[in-house]
Amino acid sequence: MNDFSLWDILRNLLLALRWTVVLSLIAFVGGGLVGGLLLFLRLRAGKWLDRAIGTYVQLFQGTPLLMQLFLAYFGIALMGIEVSAWTAATVALTLYTSAFLTEIWRGCVASIPKGQWEASGSLALTFGEQMRHVILPQAVKIATAPTVGFLVQVVKGTALASVIGFVELTKAGSMISNATFKPFVVFSCVALLYFALCFPISLFAKHLERKTHVRRA
Amino acid sequence: MEFDFGAVLVDWRLLAKGVAWTIGLTAIATLIGMVVGVACAWARSSGPAWLRWVVGTYVELIRNTPFIVQLFFIFFGLPAAGVKLTPETASIIAMVANLGAYATEIIRAGIEATPKGQIEAAVSLALNKMQVFLRVVLPPALKKVWPAMVSQIIIVMLGSAVCSQISVEDLSYAANLIQSRNFRAFEAFIIATLIYLALSVGLRRLLNWAGPKLFFGR
Amino acid sequence: MSAVLDPSTTVAAANAGGAHVAAGAPIVQITALRKSYGTNEVLKGIDLTVKRGEVIAIIGKSGSGKSTLLRCINGLEVFQEGSLSVDNKPLLHESAMAMRELRQRVGMIFQGFNLFPHLTVGKNVMLAPTLVKKRGQVESSAQARKLLARVGLAEKFDAMPDQLSGGQQQRVAIARALAMEPAVLLCDEITSALDPELVGEVLRVVESLADEGMTLLMVTHEMSFARKVGDRVIFMHQGRVHEMGPPAELFSNPQTPELKQFLSSLHD
Repeated sequence: MNDFSLWDILRNLLLALRWTVVLSLIAFVGGGLVGGLLLFLRLRAGKWLDRAIGTYVQLFQGTPLLMQLFLAYFGIALMGIEVSAWTAATVALTLYTSAFLTEIWRGCVASIPKGQWEASGSLALTFGEQMRHVILPQAVKIATAPTVGFLVQVVKGTALASVIGFVELTKAGSMISNATFKPFVVFSCVALLYFALCFPISLFAKHLERKTHVRRA
Repeated sequence: MEFDFGAVLVDWRLLAKGVAWTIGLTAIATLIGMVVGVACAWARSSGPAWLRWVVGTYVELIRNTPFIVQLFFIFFGLPAAGVKLTPETASIIAMVANLGAYATEIIRAGIEATPKGQIEAAVSLALNKMQVFLRVVLPPALKKVWPAMVSQIIIVMLGSAVCSQISVEDLSYAANLIQSRNFRAFEAFIIATLIYLALSVGLRRLLNWAGPKLFFGR
Repeated sequence: MSAVLDPSTTVAAANAGGAHVAAGAPIVQITALRKSYGTNEVLKGIDLTVKRGEVIAIIGKSGSGKSTLLRCINGLEVFQEGSLSVDNKPLLHESAMAMRELRQRVGMIFQGFNLFPHLTVGKNVMLAPTLVKKRGQVESSAQARKLLARVGLAEKFDAMPDQLSGGQQQRVAIARALAMEPAVLLCDEITSALDPELVGEVLRVVESLADEGMTLLMVTHEMSFARKVGDRVIFMHQGRVHEMGPPAELFSNPQTPELKQFLSSLHD
């Protein structure tokens, strides 16, 4: 039995970390685009669409991400499309992120005082002009902190992709732990690597939150 | 594409057992986790500097690492350091540690929002520190942050699905077992997902009703 | 109980007591207007004709429907029955284009100012003309400076709204509404949120607008202002026009017990 050094372990984990980062970014950006579209639809279209999207959000917020991953994996396969763990994970995490982000952003837009809508409406601005010049600039400022904060949730969510076989950091950790018989060391390293990735983002989000609240005073 | 939900529902006993395990794990984790949360919240807001640092480190470690990694560390990692645990024990410890960290921050926010006058009034009435905290500060704080607390408990309940990966026979495990036998994976997971959804709706209602009764109706 | 006076006597009275002349054609016409919130009817049949250049003060207890009536005129509130037309064009809620045109002719000033906090004072005033009337930046900017000078805030062009006092913010709001060159200005309790010492600066601007012939509909509690500047005062009670007349008559000779009670309660 080879004796694996700490560096051997770390090296392999770092290689897998790349995939964690890539999956996180794709889910975050993709989820942001879908979430933004959903937000626009929610604000603009009729009542039933608003309620439908609300249900979409509740589905993702009220069920385990693990189940969502399984459903993506087996569901896409059912449609006859060749599905890899990578595809399923990307789809599931993107939709998951879109649900949470659209809800966060909807809350931010809703927190803009009604008077801003009324004043800009009274000045004959169209809905699009109201959103672009009055509402969104204010909403974006409020939304930045929680959006950045959610990125941490996305990164942590990628760990579940390991269960459907996608080789990211957690899966690599399991595999290396089995190979080296050093689970304590391996999983400590895995945890610390996630921490190194997420903690700076959390700090940044906290910093942004402090900034938006100071401005308000 | 034809579905056969019957093939899954036939094994309703397995699903029920899974639901029982999920609820059981969540209940225990909630009770102990909240105690941990209250204690750590107190420590972080009024404790000595070294204790604040220790609790702070604990909180940030949990909040910035995935639950599945925490679970694997406790179940696979700790035995190498001499601590062997059953899957169920490991799951409870992981869930308690997880909820405890988030509860700490949630409750701390509630505590720190206590109007100063409340504490001054209580102290003037000769209550000691512990009494001031438990009787005057904590109940209104819990009431204020209860919605956030409920949401977090539900998140932990949903996150417990991962415990199936270390062979805890929860709902997720049941679904996996069923589909491995009858190959109706999609149906099995849809049914499990819907049950989870019902559990989160039900749990939210239950907690919203129970919270006032248990914690801040005093 | 609705007391409607002959418009010609209004003009005569205005000539006698007001500082300006209320000129001719009707600009706002409201007929049998009814509005409910669910089962609660807040406007129970309003009939009103406003002439170009008239200054109308709307007074009444809270809940009498005064603000609701004002907000119906620029479409912020939707009414269920009756008709409303501005400049002979009927108000059509469903047509976004009709509403946009209406709001170019009817401007509104709010109790809470509602300045856009992320834009400078100058940009606040310039925003709508640039977007809606498609004016160029240079032209809008010059117009904004002129309007800000008009309300006495020329030097605040580059300031942010949160750096201004309440009275200054409200004056910027007036300049912002004027930038669209409306025919009618709706003022919804525009001084109610101001500290007493800041009320005067805003009312002075409004008075000068009235002197220049702007058509004004003001929901207000400032009775002395209504008496001085108003051509007509409308007393609303429980969703109806209860009494209406020139300020001199209405204030010194209230006909109905409700108005008498309202006026006496103001002196408490």
